[in-house]
Amino acid sequence: MNRLKLILLQVAVGLSFLLLWHALTAYPILAPTRQTQFFFSTPLDVLARVWKEFASGEIWRHLWITLVETLLAFAFGAGGGILFGFLFARRELLAAVFDPYIKAANALPRVVLAPIFALWFGLGIWSKVALGFTLVFFIVFFNVYQGVREVSPVVLANARMLGMNERQLLRHVYWPAALTWMFSSLHTSVGFALVGAVVGEYLGSSAGLGYKIHEAESVFDVTGVFAGMVILSIFVILIDFVVTLIERRLLVWRPAPSTNGQG
Amino acid sequence: MTPSAAHRRRERSILMPLSPNAPAVSLRSVAITFGSKVGGYTAVQHIDLTASPGEFIAIVGPTGCGKSTLLNASAGLLKPSDGEVEIFGAPLHGLNSRAGYLFQQDALMPWKTALQNVAVALEPKGVSHKEAEAKARDWLRRVGLAAFVDRYPHMLSGGQRKRVALAQMLIRDPEILLMDEPFGPLDAQTRQIMGNLLLDLWAANRKAVLFVTHDLEEAIALADRVVVMSAGPAAGIIGQFPVPLSRPRDIAEVRLEPAFHHIHKEIWASLRTEVQKAYAQGEGASS
Repeated sequence: MNRLKLILLQVAVGLSFLLLWHALTAYPILAPTRQTQFFFSTPLDVLARVWKEFASGEIWRHLWITLVETLLAFAFGAGGGILFGFLFARRELLAAVFDPYIKAANALPRVVLAPIFALWFGLGIWSKVALGFTLVFFIVFFNVYQGVREVSPVVLANARMLGMNERQLLRHVYWPAALTWMFSSLHTSVGFALVGAVVGEYLGSSAGLGYKIHEAESVFDVTGVFAGMVILSIFVILIDFVVTLIERRLLVWRPAPSTNGQG
Repeated sequence: MTPSAAHRRRERSILMPLSPNAPAVSLRSVAITFGSKVGGYTAVQHIDLTASPGEFIAIVGPTGCGKSTLLNASAGLLKPSDGEVEIFGAPLHGLNSRAGYLFQQDALMPWKTALQNVAVALEPKGVSHKEAEAKARDWLRRVGLAAFVDRYPHMLSGGQRKRVALAQMLIRDPEILLMDEPFGPLDAQTRQIMGNLLLDLWAANRKAVLFVTHDLEEAIALADRVVVMSAGPAAGIIGQFPVPLSRPRDIAEVRLEPAFHHIHKEIWASLRTEVQKAYAQGEGASS
């Protein structure tokens, strides 16, 4: 399928959704318009609200806060995940001893931690960073752990035959292998960092996109909620785009997934 | 360790190389058992094999006879459960730092370019980054990859990857070359080209070579001596045949010489029954 046709089809899906939404809320087809508009708002109102948010400059502060929380959660989570993933992969005993605890901690729904973090770190950005950290950490940890343990034994034997000592093996073999796995989970982990930030804001804060949505929700301002969601989506798409660029730059040595799945 | 052995070792560390007459690799009644000593799988036993400096030895044998096991023991990747491995007269402890190893499988670091893969081999020797890159460029040119220095392994063909691996091994100038069916996965033409390349590089700077292959013709065309192993388990050496062909050789042309046919016939006579034995065993198993 050529690219133009694909884009046209994608736009068509979006437009028909908006048209359907518009038709159902602007005309009394299923229910009186007053009622449908209260529950679903209208696409034009939502767009107007999004525009107003950006035009008034009000939203930038919130976007900035959410971005900072996301980046901090990602940085700490990835850093911790790499460190412990490495350590556990290289120390069998440590991994074996902590295995049940790590599984238990990972199985815990992170949302229940949000009130605790709010208590510990206050309502500022750090409680959100902590929540994002608990999400990102485990993704990166498991990926790095796997990556280091599954380094090709032939590549390893070859590197050792080249005379590499432990430090050089770490630098030239283990580290790149671990990073590869981390980057392959980059989309997921950045996404979860954002989820942590937004959920944290939603549950208690005074700024950020999650706060905006929560604020609108608490006064039954459906237009405001949808506008917040639209802005959040745009934000996510932009972040994802940046991640894709970074990934392409860093994983340049990898074969294209379509021709060969193995790295 | 006996006092005399300890003394020998100490002396060797001062005067390297010990003596020009010491064999590069010497395996003495080596046995290798996987798993427990009792009830484990004995891959090879009673192996006596020496390789002189500058000698090209090919090891042939049926599939699964433990040819690679011998190389791994010579490399120090595997500790023999019995017998001794000596490298230039000194018992081998840990990895064999005087040997280079060319693996059958892809062993290049996939996250490094051809140039980086070759240059990194000099890092453990303490060569500066700049000098290592210059040397790596030169080696890649010698193996015919001057135009491919910045390619990553997945962008290279199987033959090209082997060339990079060859350059990576040779740039360190090891005194012993261990090769484990290095050209096995390649197609016939590429194998010939690689064989000639190997012979050219080796002729320029002769090292002791242990070259494992299942291809008898390849073994004869390359080697000074062909070592034939019996079918596993508990495989041993059943014959050693000097190859009376003159050098320099061309892999493709040498096969047409009468002497080649003569030696081929002689070795095949001893190899055939072993291959049949291995094949009969394999009928039951998956391979």
